[in-house]
Amino acid sequence: MSWEAVIGLEIHVQLRTETKMFCRCPNRYGDPPNTNVCAVCLAHPGMLPVANRVAVDQALRVGLALGCRIPARSKWDRKNYFYPDSPKAYQISQYDEPLCAEGSFTGVRITRAHLEEDAAKTIHIGGGDGRIAGSGASIVDFNRCGTPLLEIVTEPDLRGGAEARRFLTLLRATIVATGASDCDLEKGSLRVDANVSVRRSGDEELGVKCELKNMNSFRFIERGIAAEIRRQAALLEAGEPVLQATLHYDPASDSLSVLRTKEEADDYRYFAEPDLVPVEPSPAHLEALAAALPELPLVRMDRLRAAHGLPDATAESLALTPGLADYFEELAALAGDARAAANWVMGEFSAHLNASGSDPHASTVTPARLAGLIALVAEGAVSSTGAKQVFAAMIDDPADAAALTERLGLGQVGDTDALGAIVDEVLAASPAEVAAYRGGKVQLIGFFTGQVMKASGGRADPKAVQSLLRERLGG
Amino acid sequence: MAALSTIGLTAEGAAMLLDARAVSCVELAEAYLRRIDAVDGDLHAFLRTHPEETLARARALDEGGRSGIEGVPIGLKDLFSTRGIETTAGSRILEGFRPIIDADVVEACADAGLISLGKLNMDEFAMGSSTEHSAYGPTRNPWNQALVPGGSSGGSAAAVAAGLAPWSLGTDTGGSIRQPAAFCGIVGLKPTYGAVSRYGVVAFASSLDQVGPFALNVRDVALLLSIIARNDPRDSTNVGLPAPVELPEAEDLKGLRLAVPRDQLDAGVDAGVAALFEATVERCRALGAEVSETTLPHAGHGLAAYYLIAPSEASANLARYDGARYGLRVDAPDVHAMYSETRRAGFGAEVKRRIMIGTYALSAGYFDAYYGQAQRVRTLIRRDFAKAFEQYDALLLPTAPSVAFPFGAKLYDPLAMYANDVFTLPVNLAGLPGLSIPCGLADGLPVGFQIIGPAFSENRLLAIGHALERAIEFDPVPPRILEGRG
Amino acid sequence: MAHYDSAMALSDSDVRHVARLARLGLHEDEVAPLRAELETILQHVSAIAELDLAGVPVTSHPLELVNVLADDIPIACATRDDALANAPDRAGDGFRVPPIGA
Ligand SMILES: [Mg+2]
Ligand SMILES: [Zn+2]
Repeated sequence: MSWEAVIGLEIHVQLRTETKMFCRCPNRYGDPPNTNVCAVCLAHPGMLPVANRVAVDQALRVGLALGCRIPARSKWDRKNYFYPDSPKAYQISQYDEPLCAEGSFTGVRITRAHLEEDAAKTIHIGGGDGRIAGSGASIVDFNRCGTPLLEIVTEPDLRGGAEARRFLTLLRATIVATGASDCDLEKGSLRVDANVSVRRSGDEELGVKCELKNMNSFRFIERGIAAEIRRQAALLEAGEPVLQATLHYDPASDSLSVLRTKEEADDYRYFAEPDLVPVEPSPAHLEALAAALPELPLVRMDRLRAAHGLPDATAESLALTPGLADYFEELAALAGDARAAANWVMGEFSAHLNASGSDPHASTVTPARLAGLIALVAEGAVSSTGAKQVFAAMIDDPADAAALTERLGLGQVGDTDALGAIVDEVLAASPAEVAAYRGGKVQLIGFFTGQVMKASGGRADPKAVQSLLRERLGG
Repeated sequence: MAALSTIGLTAEGAAMLLDARAVSCVELAEAYLRRIDAVDGDLHAFLRTHPEETLARARALDEGGRSGIEGVPIGLKDLFSTRGIETTAGSRILEGFRPIIDADVVEACADAGLISLGKLNMDEFAMGSSTEHSAYGPTRNPWNQALVPGGSSGGSAAAVAAGLAPWSLGTDTGGSIRQPAAFCGIVGLKPTYGAVSRYGVVAFASSLDQVGPFALNVRDVALLLSIIARNDPRDSTNVGLPAPVELPEAEDLKGLRLAVPRDQLDAGVDAGVAALFEATVERCRALGAEVSETTLPHAGHGLAAYYLIAPSEASANLARYDGARYGLRVDAPDVHAMYSETRRAGFGAEVKRRIMIGTYALSAGYFDAYYGQAQRVRTLIRRDFAKAFEQYDALLLPTAPSVAFPFGAKLYDPLAMYANDVFTLPVNLAGLPGLSIPCGLADGLPVGFQIIGPAFSENRLLAIGHALERAIEFDPVPPRILEGRG
Repeated sequence: MAHYDSAMALSDSDVRHVARLARLGLHEDEVAPLRAELETILQHVSAIAELDLAGVPVTSHPLELVNVLADDIPIACATRDDALANAPDRAGDGFRVPPIGA
């Protein structure tokens, strides 16, 4: 029996603003508990929300970047539930008229993207491991409470963990490019829940879905989804029902545990938030926001492919790392050879960045210096092997590529007199092979070339060597 | 100098005494504090006073110099957040709560140099029409202590009627300013929704709540409105008033087209109230107004719509009282039990009733039939008013169908209590301004006359109220007001 | 959500369910009297449930305002002591509440 997974994602993105969604407390991560709070975000009696203009714009930027339709009007709603992280006992969110409506991104349909406020942080104490179960009490810190949050919901268009991971990687890069969020999973500014269901391949009807909560890296999301698909498929294979549940994925054991089962549907009693008025972005404002967006990763990917003839994988990986792509484009322009530039950037240069932890434009190996090295290789003044040594030296030595090549003695022996002498030496040392060559074993050209290269310490230009050899061997 | 009597003293009158240096700010404040000491033990209009702060403010004004309205005392409904001063909204659940901010209206009063005398009693969370739902005991009606002062701003109305404050602020969600003003024989204005900031005003029903003034006459009401109606960026639904408040001078109603929505009176009006209402309508004609009859075909559904919308909004607004961050907490082994026990102990019966109704009306499967339908009725009521205002400058109705009633008369019959708001709550549903002025006595008790106008027509309402008030010559001082006129 | 019997007839379990949603800590002996009260009120307000208002738009707000948005500029927030001043159970830097439990 073959099974098909159906996956939809709910992504919460904390937006980059100076202040919170509905009050003007700083929106800042990592401050001492309960220092970025006020009567509004502590839900004191009589306090009223006032929506943050920049948060709305940030959300619109993301919506535009994800190809969403921006409705003429959106409104705010109250989502009612009691929990210590929710001081008003309702979250201001958007229910039936979200800021951003249906869109499409990398072929995955976006259902909606709506603005809401983040909850407070609750620390469970006295239970030993910080988990809820068995804790003695909870301490609430309201600093995060009210942080602008964009909830992005996709249609169930994804079919596997790896696909979800790729989608999320591109989504994150796109949101980061808009400037709307830093999308840092570790700080929780990007949080992903996945709804997973499994059905018989070819079936139209959806299976029972389970929700995977709060996975904190894309790798774990991929693995968690894969584990959940296996779990559900095994149940179905065994003829057992999948029960609707919220699950937690533990990457250490690669296993899932049930956080809660749905016995009763939630009843959030949504209704229009009477303390706020609708948002109606004007067409002119939307045009201005769209015009001010930088080139987004998917667009850049296409352009890198088209303009520089880069392979898909190279174009995608460059587009996902805008700094590196910028570096690449600068380098390609200076060197006049996109393929060579791409090889350097994806190879030696990336390895150097990984090792040094620096960002592309902070590297001592500037595009101009690296272009110089590429030119030397193109001229045949240094071999590609030698060039790697020159590159390594450039990192700590400000001298230019030519000077370093010289200093390291890596200059290619290109002039025919010097090379001719070496060729003559090699031929003189191998009379048997010379005879065999002349007798028709022309493949021995490789042997002679190797000997010459060796004798030159790798500095000989292989093309020049071969032409000299042919000349000397007469054929 | 003989001890200053505060009975019948208007805010404008008090300011004149200060201007003439007949009294200092401290002497004036002391006179009110003495009056409160003398009679509020019986009346229970104030939940608490803070004489030290009051006198310190008065002293500062005496020393720093004052002008205009500066130095005139005021009383504040306990629904307004007052920084560092306990604010309970008449509820146990907020006992001991000291706000860390001032409501915008409190700030506005302070900016204008008004001196707060203290916090006034009210129905718990403004839910009620008699002030019997205060967790701290009811307020009595200065006209007859066996009767309720109306509500929910009963303390605010009683204090002004009894000379405990020259004026006061209350809130009106379904009639909570106009009805107690009527029961206590004073003037009360519910401004257009959005005219006054709700920032720091403990919320009951956000789309209906509005702050407004109580005073002995219309000019004082206008003056206080001019102080509190201002733009506040902290309230997204606040727009202030489009034109400055004019102190009314009108002496007649010439050129005004008024109308009585006659169909509304079918709801039933006590005979004494009806007679005074008709007499006052006649007086409008005598003053030069053209008075017609009209209808508000959907306003009859207002009571039902109101008692779905207000509790629904309240059920969310009051969810924050959970024992976690402030106010009462009843300990329990887990947090949800703590919420339930705290709210069980902290809320009174009427509040619980309305939270139940609101929670039910919003819940899955019932939303459309109840809340959604109520909001559609609201649209129809707004249209009714809009249509009427195409032809008329203002509409006239009794403020309440009865005069003040005895304690306990409606306490155990919620529907009867709700029905007392029948003439006031359509105005809230439509977000309109409504002014109640006393128009005479029925069986020795004050009767309120309500003037309703289109949104932001406060100046017109105040002018009409002023002209009528001059003609009616109602004496707002209760006859047997405790120590009598002094 | 539980299925209520009909718009006007409340069962005791409806009352318990709604009280639970609202965290009102209803005691068992309070259920029946409250049900009777609520039923009376609902009976009255239910009149509007029967009106045919198809096509009538809702009014959730008396003002027709849009786009009331604040500039993204911080305003001094509360001090931590102010924030925690009213806390029924302050634990150092935070608000302590009972464990979340089941
Ligand atoms: Mg959400
Ligand atoms: Zn805040």
